[in-house]
Parts: sequence; C-alpha cells; structure tokens
Amino acid sequence: MRIQTDTERCVGAGMCALTAPEVFDQSEEDGTVVLLDAEPPPERHAAARQAERLCPSGAVSILRPAGP
Amino acid sequence: MSEFRTWPITFPVDRSDPFDPPERLRSLRRERPVAPMAYPDGRVGWLVTGYSAARSVLTDPRFSSRRELLCPPIDYPAAHEARHPADPGQFVRMDPPEHTHYRKLLTAQFTVRRMKQLEPRIQEITGERLAAMAKAGPPQDLVREFALPIPSLVICELLGVPYADREEFQHATAVFLNRESSVEEIRAALDGVTGFFAGLIARKRAEPTDDLFTGLITDGELNDEELTNIGFILLAAGHETTANMLGFGTFALLRHPAQLAALRADPSLIDNAVEELMRYLSIVHVGPIRAALEDVELEGELIRAGDVVTVSLPAANRDPGHLPDPERLDITRPAGGHLSFGHGVHQCLGQQLARAEMRLAFPMLFDRFPGLRLAVPAEEVPMRDTMSIYGVHALPVGW
Repeated sequence: MRIQTDTERCVGAGMCALTAPEVFDQSEEDGTVVLLDAEPPPERHAAARQAERLCPSGAVSILRPAGP
Repeated sequence: MSEFRTWPITFPVDRSDPFDPPERLRSLRRERPVAPMAYPDGRVGWLVTGYSAARSVLTDPRFSSRRELLCPPIDYPAAHEARHPADPGQFVRMDPPEHTHYRKLLTAQFTVRRMKQLEPRIQEITGERLAAMAKAGPPQDLVREFALPIPSLVICELLGVPYADREEFQHATAVFLNRESSVEEIRAALDGVTGFFAGLIARKRAEPTDDLFTGLITDGELNDEELTNIGFILLAAGHETTANMLGFGTFALLRHPAQLAALRADPSLIDNAVEELMRYLSIVHVGPIRAALEDVELEGELIRAGDVVTVSLPAANRDPGHLPDPERLDITRPAGGHLSFGHGVHQCLGQQLARAEMRLAFPMLFDRFPGLRLAVPAEEVPMRDTMSIYGVHALPVGW
C-alpha cells in the first residue's frame, strides 16, 4: 500500500488523524493533513482505507499496486 | 404502485415517532432517491434521500453553497430575506476559494490534537454540572442543567466569550434557528448580536486574552464585520448542535435500555455509540441545501443549472443501501460514514470538539446517575419540530 495526501484539497476535518493516528496527523499551522507513514505496515491498512473513505474532501488516496 | 401520484412533492415534515424521520422520506428513498420537489418560492428543485446521491451532492463542486442561489424547502417568515450573497465571514454560505480562505484561518484550532488537549477541561465542566444537578435533587430538566450548559461553557471558553453573557447570544441563536420567528424578531436578534460582538471585539483589542477569538482579532486579517459573523457562527454552531445531541441522545438511550446496558457493560463502546447516535438521530433534519451551477446528471435524473437541491440527512443515514437494518439503533455496529456532520469541503469544522464532548459527557452522566430515568411519560417530551436543529426542548429526568 502506498498513500498520497493533498494538502490543497484538505479542509482539516481531522477524520484521517482520528481514524488512523499512526498514519496521519494534522499540521499545527493550518490543521491540514500530515502524512506520517506513506507505506504503512499491513496491520494499519484497514484503518488507512477507512480514512480514505471518510475523508470529506478526497485529500487521501491509496494507490493500489497494479497487476494481479 | 407508486405512493406518489404527482411530482413534484413537497418537503416531508410530519413524524409519527419522535425518533424516526417522516415516513414519506422512506417511501421517497425507495421510489425516487433524487426526487423533484416544489420549493416555497414556486420553483421546482430536488430532494435527495439516498445515501450515495447525498454523498455525491455534498462532494461535487458543481453543487454550490452560495447563499444567493439557495432556497429553503420549507416556507417561513424570514425565508425570503436571504436572497443575497453571504455577508463577509459567513463562510458556510460560500464556495471555494472564498470559503477556503476563511476556513483555513480556523482549522488549526479544531484539530484532533487540540481537542484532546481540551478533554480535562471538558471533564471538569461536566463534573461541575453533574454535581450541581445532584445537589439540587430530582427532578431536573437535563437540557437546561446539562445538555446546553456543557457545550456552551466549552465554546465560550475556547472562543473567549464571557459565559455570563450567554443570554445575549443564546436568545439570538434560538430566534435564528426557529422557523416561526418573524422578520422583525430576526432583525432585532441580529442587531443584538452585532452589538454584542462590537463590544467584545473592542474589549479584546484593549485587553487581549489567550483564546481563539482574541487570536483572530489580533492576527489583523479580518475586519469587524467578518469577526462578528465568524464569531456568531462558531458560538451558535458550538452549542446548539452538541446540546441537542446530548439531550436527544440521552432520551434515545433511556428509550433503548438494552443499548444503554450494552454501553454500561462495555465503556469502550462509547466512541462508536456516539457515531451511531449521530447517524440514528440525524438532528440536522432540513438540509444541507445546495444549488447546481451547471446541468448535472445524478442517478438518472437531470438536475438543471440553477436548480436547488435539498439533502435529507435523516433519510440518507437510514438508507438500507448504505447499511443493513438501518432503522435500528445499534451502538455495536460500525457506524462510521454517516453524513450527520455533512460531507465535502463544508463538513463540520467543530466535529472533533463535538465528539470529545459527547464521548466524555454521556458516560459521566450515566455513571453519576445509574438510575437516570424520564420524569414524564415519553410522549410528553417536547420535540423541536419547528427548529432547524431537531432534538428535545426539555428532558425532565429523575434518578
């Protein structure tokens, strides 16, 4: 799993930091997403996927590896 | 055969049970989740009752929040006052980039981490309210003594508004949020709020304190009109919403004793219980409202540029296409993904504060009063049918 975040799209709702705190944080400056771990270990994949689903502005994307 | 013989429909408001959305919303969601609806100004727009369509409307930038484009789905005396662009600072009725400009000034103040730091203070405030209730003895109105003061005290402290001044803005908020308020009442309340904030801004400039509002004032990015409008949005949103969740949520748990027992047996359920209560109760029961900026095809319906679209959160949150057995309150189900804080760029700025307050206040209440019960028959609990935020006006309780 590889994660990308977009601070331009981010509206600082905090759903990612709430859902997967080991993977995401929020900036002290403006509350936007800070990616702590772009390639989290498998045990955090479910939480990261949930963070992608719950993000209100589409600022979290999980890139799935191509192929089988 | 269709239950709806003619289109457009009008906005359904009649509830047969205080905990359930109007029955007609369920039929609409089944038959036509994006349905033509007549608006009070005579135009025909849309009502969205399905979860996936609701999420689409709230995230698609082709649906605008600009105030001058919107029309509420229910007629009320002040409805026709709003047909001009949002005043400076009223970012909830703006689109990006104006919306973004204002929101970014505030987001750092409401992060998950900041709200964690507030927890000890929320606990202290809650403890004080519970002690006051215990001292006064039963029966008590839980709204007056608990549900309203806790979020009010917290948001006042966070913003730096003296709690002693709460009458001034709580009255104005109640007027603004009541659909039955007259145009004159709204104008008088608005004058009151403007005067209140003018005084507060002058005091903070003279004697800066360590709080959110002083920070916004001394940053110098906002003029007095913007500060007044933003300050009032934060104050109103900060207490009315959580207050209604605490009051109505307690009513729901008392009426669903098995759910309350499950929460007591396993306190770790509280985070999920809060999400499920938010989904099940969906206290924002009119709107969000948007307007199409261009023609959009949505689930087989053609929404024309300029059409107003109302999303029904109570209907979307109980869409069986989104989750199984949606009419049941079940605090053990994974309830994340509800739309009660909205979705898209306008999703609630203060949601992590609301979560922190609810996650602390519900368990403290039920711990302090293990025998908490309604002090009147459930049918006599007055419901906020005509308010923009649904819930209970009062909740008489004993213990």
